[in-house]
Amino acid sequence: MSGLEQLYQQVILDHAKNPHGRGLVPAADGLATGESHQVNPTCGDEVTLRVAVGDGIVTGVSWEGQGCSISQASTSVMTDLVTGLPLADVAHLDQVFHDLMASRGTGLDSEDDEDLLGDATAFTGTSKFPARIKCALLGWAALKDSLARSGALAG
Amino acid sequence: MHANPVVEPALTTSGTDEVVSAGSATGFVDWGAVRSDFPLLGRTARGGQPLVYLDSAATSQKPTVVLEAEVDFYEQRNAAVHRGAHFLAEEATEAFEQARTAVARFVGAHDDEIVWTSGATAAINLVAYAFSNASLGRGGAGAARFALRPGDEIVVTEAEHHANLIPWQELAARTGAVLRWFPVTDDGRIELTDGVITERTRIVAFGHASNVTGAIAPVASLVAAARAVGAYTVLDACQSVPHLPVDLHALGVDFAAFSGHKMLGPTGVGALYGRRELLADLPAVTTGGSMVEVVTMESATYAPPPQRFEAGTQMVAQAVGMGVAAQWLSELGMDAVAAHERALAAELLTIADIPGVRVIGPVSAENRLAVVSFVVDGVHAHDVGQVLDDRGVAVRVGHHCAQPLHRRFGVAATARASASVYTSLDDVRVFRESLAGVRAFFGMN
Repeated sequence: MSGLEQLYQQVILDHAKNPHGRGLVPAADGLATGESHQVNPTCGDEVTLRVAVGDGIVTGVSWEGQGCSISQASTSVMTDLVTGLPLADVAHLDQVFHDLMASRGTGLDSEDDEDLLGDATAFTGTSKFPARIKCALLGWAALKDSLARSGALAG
Repeated sequence: MHANPVVEPALTTSGTDEVVSAGSATGFVDWGAVRSDFPLLGRTARGGQPLVYLDSAATSQKPTVVLEAEVDFYEQRNAAVHRGAHFLAEEATEAFEQARTAVARFVGAHDDEIVWTSGATAAINLVAYAFSNASLGRGGAGAARFALRPGDEIVVTEAEHHANLIPWQELAARTGAVLRWFPVTDDGRIELTDGVITERTRIVAFGHASNVTGAIAPVASLVAAARAVGAYTVLDACQSVPHLPVDLHALGVDFAAFSGHKMLGPTGVGALYGRRELLADLPAVTTGGSMVEVVTMESATYAPPPQRFEAGTQMVAQAVGMGVAAQWLSELGMDAVAAHERALAAELLTIADIPGVRVIGPVSAENRLAVVSFVVDGVHAHDVGQVLDDRGVAVRVGHHCAQPLHRRFGVAATARASASVYTSLDDVRVFRESLAGVRAFFGMN
């Protein structure tokens, strides 16, 4: 596979075309809700992401955004990954995905962690392109910030 | 004294046995020989492919003479300028001031009308802060002409690079002045609507050529309108100076800014032009060593321009490099450069025929530079740039530091191809072929 094919794997193109979680969902009663707007000033990519948390579990992620296929697909894959997970597992996944982005295309040493990432391992190719790592991390940054704003992390 | 890095037109042997000069006053230019003067263009891109560099509006590549001029300065003449009694200081000062003369001649200015700055952004900010200081009463009686009062107006255009917009937003905020602007037409031209320039207008700041659309501004009309109400003109000449013959006296602007790195010179150096009588009255901005006359514990008096605006140790080697770049371009002939790039612009604009490609800005090769921004239907600019990069084609993606202009066209980002003296028609053809394959790569027809 060429670097370009590694970057634009089919799973990424599919998510970019039909992103999951797109369309902001109104806050529901009884859930801690947080929202975050993140931009990538170098290319104008934007995402507004809303998260709902109940009993320490991420019950819903929804977002609106515009941007390149990497930022849109990464936010979509992340939505699938974290929905239904306890906050501690989300924090771990966030760390693992950041480790993947720092791997310069080599992937992760831990097979367990790669298993956890599922479709998100498709972004291994992205980590070879320093200019695109920010694109892949945009949604994750919005998730982290919206969780902090939800107040759910305090307890 | 060691020989100055005098720029000789490079003598090269062409395909025939005839010896030709790369630069020529006779109008004939061997553009292949020009290109071979740029070492970086000899390297390859990803996968060992030939490099197609189409990002010259962001920064240009440098000819060998410029690189050698910097090395020569450090190897032979490095010393503090405008101080010291030793021979090295004399030689360094001479090189520094010769560079100023070369840059001044290149843009039709007097030597003392050229102030070294770290770049064009710094040059524009210098003007804005000088007006600010005048508004605070600094600079003496002569500087009062630059003072802004609440309700005064500063005029820009919707096409500006952030570097020629935000300094004026900030100046307006500091002084109570009001920022106004000319809109941009659907084909990327500045729309000279009535009522934007008024009796309250004090400054009219605009780009000579857009770094996004390549459109050349109606300088004469804007200067005339500004003069009619007694407003000062500030020209962002970053994109024009490397690509067109520019005579600042003939244009009649009051101030102008341009950078070294876009005109084949080093990074870290640029120039502010100011009409002699205006610089004489302009208050100091950055203060410190080398810009003074008499200093006591209470106060200081300042040197005449340009030294008044050159506090601290200057970027001497870069200035020398910029001077050599100006001289090299002069010897090539800016008329020849402009004609070469007109042909490149026409070739670049043929991308508008590719299905799904839309050019942002003028689609004709008239009154524009070889700077073409575009969007590809259904594919984000970042992804377009990535596919082009995979073919060895380097373009810029994003908003090119002109968010309002992108908003005007309803797009968050564009891809941009921009040429320079070393760009060939073959470069543009490789770019065009690569661009034609982008939609297919993403599974679109």
